[in-house]
Amino acid sequence: MNAIPHFPFLTVLVLLPAGGAAGVALMGMFTNVERRFLEVVSLLVALLTLALAIVVGVYFKVGDSSYQFTSQHDWAQGLGVHWFVGVDGISLFLVLLAGVLFPIVILGARTKNNTRSYLAWMLLLESFCIGSFISLDLLLFFFFFEATLVPAYFLIAGWGYERRALAAIKFFLYTLAGSAFLLVGILVVAFLHHQQTGVFTFSLPALEHTHFSGSDEILLFVAFTAAFAVKAPLFPLHTWSPSAYREAPTGASMVLSAVLAKLGTYGILRFDLNLFPQASKDAAPVLLTIAVIGILYGALVASAQKDMKRLVAYSSLAQVGFIALGTFAFTSEGLTGSVLLMLNHGLVTAALFLLIGWIYERRGTWQTDEMRGLQLPAPVMAGAFTIVMLASIGLPGLNGFVSEFLVLAGTFLSHRWWAVVATSGVVFAALYLLWAYQQVFHRTPDVQSAQTRDLSWGERVVIAPLIAVIIFLGVYPQPVLSRIEPSVNALVAHVASATSSTLQSKGGR
Amino acid sequence: MSNMHLLLASASNVIPTPQIRYLGITPELILLGGALVLLGINALTRNNLRTTITTMFTLCISGAAVGVSLWQFYDVTNHGAYTTIDKAVVVDGFSVVINILVASAVFITTLVIDGYERRENLGGPEFNVLVLISASGAMLMGAANDLIIVFLGLEILSLALYVLVAINRRRRVSGEAALKYFLLGGFSSAIFIYGVALLYGATGSTNLEKIVTYFATHASTNHGLALAGIALIMVGFLFKVAAVPFHTWTPDVYQGAPTPVTGFMAAVAKAGAFAAFLRLFIISFATLRADWRPIIFVVAIATLVIGAGLAVVQRDVKRMLAYSSINHAGFILLGLEAATTQGVRSSIYYLFAYTFMVLGTFAVITAAAQRGDVGHDLTSYRGLAKRRPAIALSLAIFLLAQAGAPFTTGLWAKIQVLQSVVNVGDTPLAVIAMVTAVIAAFFYLRVAVLMYSPLNDAFAPAGVLLPTETPVPLYSGGGITNVTVSMSAIDAQRQANINATLLMERETRKVGLPAVPKHVSFSLCVAIAICLLVTVVFGVVPQPLLDLARHATLLRMP
Repeated sequence: MNAIPHFPFLTVLVLLPAGGAAGVALMGMFTNVERRFLEVVSLLVALLTLALAIVVGVYFKVGDSSYQFTSQHDWAQGLGVHWFVGVDGISLFLVLLAGVLFPIVILGARTKNNTRSYLAWMLLLESFCIGSFISLDLLLFFFFFEATLVPAYFLIAGWGYERRALAAIKFFLYTLAGSAFLLVGILVVAFLHHQQTGVFTFSLPALEHTHFSGSDEILLFVAFTAAFAVKAPLFPLHTWSPSAYREAPTGASMVLSAVLAKLGTYGILRFDLNLFPQASKDAAPVLLTIAVIGILYGALVASAQKDMKRLVAYSSLAQVGFIALGTFAFTSEGLTGSVLLMLNHGLVTAALFLLIGWIYERRGTWQTDEMRGLQLPAPVMAGAFTIVMLASIGLPGLNGFVSEFLVLAGTFLSHRWWAVVATSGVVFAALYLLWAYQQVFHRTPDVQSAQTRDLSWGERVVIAPLIAVIIFLGVYPQPVLSRIEPSVNALVAHVASATSSTLQSKGGR
Repeated sequence: MSNMHLLLASASNVIPTPQIRYLGITPELILLGGALVLLGINALTRNNLRTTITTMFTLCISGAAVGVSLWQFYDVTNHGAYTTIDKAVVVDGFSVVINILVASAVFITTLVIDGYERRENLGGPEFNVLVLISASGAMLMGAANDLIIVFLGLEILSLALYVLVAINRRRRVSGEAALKYFLLGGFSSAIFIYGVALLYGATGSTNLEKIVTYFATHASTNHGLALAGIALIMVGFLFKVAAVPFHTWTPDVYQGAPTPVTGFMAAVAKAGAFAAFLRLFIISFATLRADWRPIIFVVAIATLVIGAGLAVVQRDVKRMLAYSSINHAGFILLGLEAATTQGVRSSIYYLFAYTFMVLGTFAVITAAAQRGDVGHDLTSYRGLAKRRPAIALSLAIFLLAQAGAPFTTGLWAKIQVLQSVVNVGDTPLAVIAMVTAVIAAFFYLRVAVLMYSPLNDAFAPAGVLLPTETPVPLYSGGGITNVTVSMSAIDAQRQANINATLLMERETRKVGLPAVPKHVSFSLCVAIAICLLVTVVFGVVPQPLLDLARHATLLRMP
């Protein structure tokens, strides 16, 4: 379409929020700045980042499966680590997702307590999230992947609810334990590549062509997947997530579930499938089963929750199960659905956490049985909640439907029975979400509930873009799909060629 | 008759004195000379020199040493390495980098000591003099090309350290720690020198070059005696670097020593010992690699696991950091275990990064402590972020860096040592090391959690996160608010500790100063800032430090 201007968009995308974070941190340190001023500055930084991300999306070449906007510089010479960034159809929308969500978080989930640090950590987290999505160097990715823990930890521990200390430390250690194996795995991959080619590098496109012996590949696959499965989180490595999502402040819950969790599923797609196609294919039945268990388990536990935040946390678990299902179906439809679902789930779950956060601001509780009939005093909130909830259930016309349909259709093509069982998860989702909705918004309001404020104009402005995108993607997903599909098809082809060639060589022997 | 003639001829000759290239040993001479001058001036004045004067003087001395070391670095990288003093001392990239490291460590330690002396109302130049002397020993170990010189360096380093540990005579725990350190250190020195004797017996020389030549020419002989000597030398080094099973002195000594000394010891003693350790084993005992590598393999695992594991159950921050330093020693041993050029390079990088992290950490610990160098219990860190936000944030950063957080030198260091063992095919070792790093992250984070939790938090993580669940007397700001009397031995022990700190408290109060100083002294802030900058800036822009480590090559002898 358009020629890509020569400007290091992606590098700036990482540096801009990081610089903003440093600026906000320093600004408040030397002078006594108004809280409002810091909020405006951070919002501007986040909006500027979004604008840049949109520019990248506009100039992105449709129909091109390769990495675009790449830039490569030596970072640590001699160690083979490069500042190597680029986007393709898979990562583009995750970058955009981060770009959209952070301004909303900064605007919608504010804090009165130590705002300066809160905003600085938030912007730093945005920088690290975007950095992980665009890294094409394994070690650079690891740096960002690991670095996201620090701001996330401080956000949970500093601004969270009652049991935040424990939740934060649990979150940190679980994820760190996973990435410990990832680091060793990365080093081993680079070492084996060096043995085969004599070149020492961590660049993903170069390492894709490394050959591993069967047992090596399985072990490496497990090491990588462990890290990603914890982060995603996939059943049964999810146990940190309900407590972290529950205790985190609203803004951090949104980012954790919408963006950080995607690092895990994105990592599986980008690194597992590209580096270890054979092992991924071999392990597919196991991971598909895990995904289906996650879907059902998440749905069942969510139905038993009275705490809305925990409910969304478990429904998130089920959704991540769908993403994994589509990934390991190894069909073009399934993978496209997975990528789209990452985007959609990010939008929907962030909106849910935001709305729940607003309810908490009004009522000081998340318990569904302590509220009733909010629909009457707060109709706009009820309306927003309905749309978001229906999107999460997968109602046609809203964004969730397209991705869930693609995932299930794609899985049905290659792994029929898993798809059949997983479909029941959709039904459960409708069950627990509608149930919760009925409890909170229907029935006659009691005295307290009757006095609940409706959404203010400011809040309406904050939630409106999310709802607009949710509806738009449900009605017209084509612009997104057309950008995702080429990259996904290339990935499917890569896996197919790699697995068939090893099959042939095995047959030849 | 001819014998007689020879004897006469040799007697008439003067004993040949070796040629000395003075640039090669200038940093050592500067430190040693500076120490003597400082001592001399102090002896000539009526009163003790003011802290400001001794600090400024020591800063100049160590600054000059850093400068000369950098000049050496330039000289060596451009004109090549050389040996001097009849091949007893070698000046190569490796020794020069150690010089830079040690001299900068002295610089930072001096700043920390300044803050400490002001708060504790200590005077006199002994503190600085001993640090300078001890550091010159560490430099000598890095440059030693002869087993005797290694031993000399080791003793200069250690003897000064024994005294340094006990330098604050008002602290009883320091005396106990010094005695422990002295006795065990004396043992290890004796074992080391016995190993040197055996090696001399086996090879006929103490010079490393000649030892290399001997092993090269006697490849097929049975090296029983030499191996016994090597084993004893290894024990001596493992003691100094605090590797398991020779680590037992570490927690007591780290806890008992004045906090600036603990930082200095953790950085410089480890650097010196590791320098000589690496040179000896990688170069001189290279041909016997197959014999000693398995031992280092096992020792490294034990050091990593026990260091991380026992740190979890510590209630005292200094003890916890002692075990964490044992864990770090395990990581540095990985580079030795790899026994490759890359291994040496990664170990040196790790030492460099570790030095600044650990000096910074102990500088912060010094700043966070109360007068009398007390208040190192984990519980007294609760709410530190409220009282001293900058100090708490620095400590959090240092601890995260030690845990290996990205964009700090800590992760680059870990990546390199892991890479060096992965590249020789010891992937399991890398996996074990990373698992211990996760355990280590837990106890670092625990401190961070405590610092950022308010004093009266109902959901405070004390019950879950602290090692024992017995109610702890909350000791804050100079008085005991809540003492639970219990018959258990642990409580009795704790009670004794509290009594000791109370006694200290009373004693210092006699001087008429508040227990918690209002401000952290300027010099301490500078020290913390330098360490922070090195840790974070070289974490984001790693190239300069990586280049420095790349040039730390050992002079390969024929």
